[in-house]
Amino acid sequence: MKNVLRIKVLDRRDFVLGAGAAALLGGFFAAIPEARAITGSAEFEAALAELLKGATPRIGGVDMDLPGSVENGDYVPVGLGVESPMSDASYVKAIHLLSPANPRARVATFKFTPLSGKARVMSVMRLAKTQEVVAVAELGDGTLLMSTRSVDVKVGGCGT
Amino acid sequence: MKKPPRIKIPEGIKPGDVIEIKTLATHIMETGNRKDAAGNKIPRDIIHTFTAKFEGREVFSVALGSGIAANPYFAFFLRVPGPGTLELTWIDDDGETTVEKVPLVVA
Repeated sequence: MKNVLRIKVLDRRDFVLGAGAAALLGGFFAAIPEARAITGSAEFEAALAELLKGATPRIGGVDMDLPGSVENGDYVPVGLGVESPMSDASYVKAIHLLSPANPRARVATFKFTPLSGKARVMSVMRLAKTQEVVAVAELGDGTLLMSTRSVDVKVGGCGT
Repeated sequence: MKKPPRIKIPEGIKPGDVIEIKTLATHIMETGNRKDAAGNKIPRDIIHTFTAKFEGREVFSVALGSGIAANPYFAFFLRVPGPGTLELTWIDDDGETTVEKVPLVVA
């Protein structure tokens, strides 16, 4: 199954750049990633589609603390977080950690409650090869945030 | 678990503090993707669930896949409502359940 998901990149530049402004700033506009494909293994694309359920996530907003390059993919420290008051009215329900190139796409789902106080977790993951790790956060009101982080892996983990 | 998990909690906790809790379990986290010398698949054996509760209320939990490294480490946070007991649970593929209860000293 090859199911390429087109993720619209929404940020403040989309609001700033109206049609007229786009004409004036043609060169600048061309440099903005309008939409980009987040691709990976069939299992990864199915897992991402299942999480997004057809909705468009906001790009950014999940802090991803991962090294840019690692010698050993068996042991890759990973920090994930979303700024949130973590109150009953406004909190982060979960952060899903996905790998586009590991044998298994779903690395972990971290679930939070207002009692967490902070939507932040540190752990250690495996990376089979160089790839762009994906984090999807689910807020209490259903909003989805998505961030990615590239990690260069010299020697892969996961027993591959 | 062969060895009990290591749990680190800060001292001098006051009600309302958001504290960081660090946990380290001992587990091979066998992925299920590897083969032995004879070419047979080594079956998956991982901790698949970690849960932290405070006085019976869920604080934080993890559904782990095989992409979490051996000896799963989690550092997470708790907004301390007052004195009480933190209950941490790890469950693996063999159904082995490890439970640690940590009373929090809250001044």
